[in-house]
Amino acid sequence: MRFVTELKADATADLVYRVCPMHLLEPVDLIKDLKQGQVLEILTDYDGALEDIPAWCAKNGQEFLGVGEEEDEEYYKLYIRKLH
Amino acid sequence: MKRVYLDHAAATPVRREVLEAMLPYFRERFGNPSAVYDLGSEIKDALEEQREKVARLIGAHRDEVVFTSSGAEANNLAVKGVALANLKKGNHVIVSAIEHHSVLNAARYLEKFHDFEVTFLPVDKYGLVDQERLRRSLSPATLLVSIQHGSNEVGTIQNIRELAAVCREQGVIFHTDAVATAGQVPVDVQDLGVDLLTLNGPALGAPKGVGALYFRQKLRLVPQIHGGIQENGRRGGTENVPAIVGLGKAADLAREELAARAKYLSWLRDLLAAGVQERVPGVVYTGHPAQRLPGLASFCVEGIEGEALLFMLSSQGIYANTGSACASKALKTSPVLGALGIPSELAQGSVVFTFNAENSEEDINYVLYHLPLAVGRLRSFSPVWRKRTAAAVGE
Repeated sequence: MRFVTELKADATADLVYRVCPMHLLEPVDLIKDLKQGQVLEILTDYDGALEDIPAWCAKNGQEFLGVGEEEDEEYYKLYIRKLH
Repeated sequence: MKRVYLDHAAATPVRREVLEAMLPYFRERFGNPSAVYDLGSEIKDALEEQREKVARLIGAHRDEVVFTSSGAEANNLAVKGVALANLKKGNHVIVSAIEHHSVLNAARYLEKFHDFEVTFLPVDKYGLVDQERLRRSLSPATLLVSIQHGSNEVGTIQNIRELAAVCREQGVIFHTDAVATAGQVPVDVQDLGVDLLTLNGPALGAPKGVGALYFRQKLRLVPQIHGGIQENGRRGGTENVPAIVGLGKAADLAREELAARAKYLSWLRDLLAAGVQERVPGVVYTGHPAQRLPGLASFCVEGIEGEALLFMLSSQGIYANTGSACASKALKTSPVLGALGIPSELAQGSVVFTFNAENSEEDINYVLYHLPLAVGRLRSFSPVWRKRTAAAVGE
């Protein structure tokens, strides 16, 4: 897993406590509204997102930047850069 | 026999316009809103339209509305959903002593199973929560405060704006149960400054089985119905689409008719309140005398049992309630009346009338004719009343 620090996001999808597969559905919607090169931050407490989000990026040609390094017991922060 | 239904807080007929709006969603437009084909996506669109309508009624954004199966479920989602989502911030919850059972018991659940500390805030003789008392009850561990907007039992409307402001200053999340007030008085989440607000379908003329919770954006909720991604992953279970369409229509009507409805219901209420106090001696008009729900008049009648009065009234086709709908069956003295400091002997004689716009002046006059007769008859059997009147004569 790739870790990142101090990434500034242009938009945030807060999926904490919201059930699977909201961690995929809402980011897909939000990324449509971003410009090329902008960063989307995904907050989720769902462990499966650590596999699903990088896999979705690989499949859809978006860049998975990594997981926030600051460990939070409650949720993960994942970052995607919009490439197209 | 004439029928005068004055128990609209317990159940109310679905409005004709609401029923008509709902009907296509039982047969023609029956699809599942989560389905990807057009029979589903059309329903999803309809569902989102209703969310917009409900949001408009309360000055919210449509992304801030979750549909539920009832006001009780919305209260549970607010109290338990917010508390469990913010365990790191604290473990203290404050509710008023006169909340609906769905708030009181949700708080007790947190106390029993999640080591929360719960403060039950007392109220004054009118049923009002004191702002300073709330301020003094807050602690660094306080996470959530829940105080109802209006009481379905004594009609008192709280100063929610002031109470919510106290909480906002301290960064405490504030919920209000607006089941009784929505559609009767202005309910605007921005104006009130609340973070969460509960609505119920039937109170607005929609069917039973539907409610909604407003939650301020960025507030996290732990779902209380675990399931799929319905309601954006905040509440599992296929949405009750016909009832939600009914709620949307009822919300639109409530917004359009609010001023006229409030004026008419207040007029009926005041006619009944004045008439009862004039014709029945030994009656207390409970709740706040002025700051109260337009569609509710509540009394405690000395020397009688509320249940017996309801029985006598129903034999004349008059349907009312004593205490709240659920408490009345348990034959217990209402905790709400107790919290207002009403002695239990007097609280036994509680009777609550709740109106809607279909009620008329003639209905009120019918009650004003039969109520004194029923009270007089019951008092003639009452040793308590006989003793009291004998003592008064002796004076």
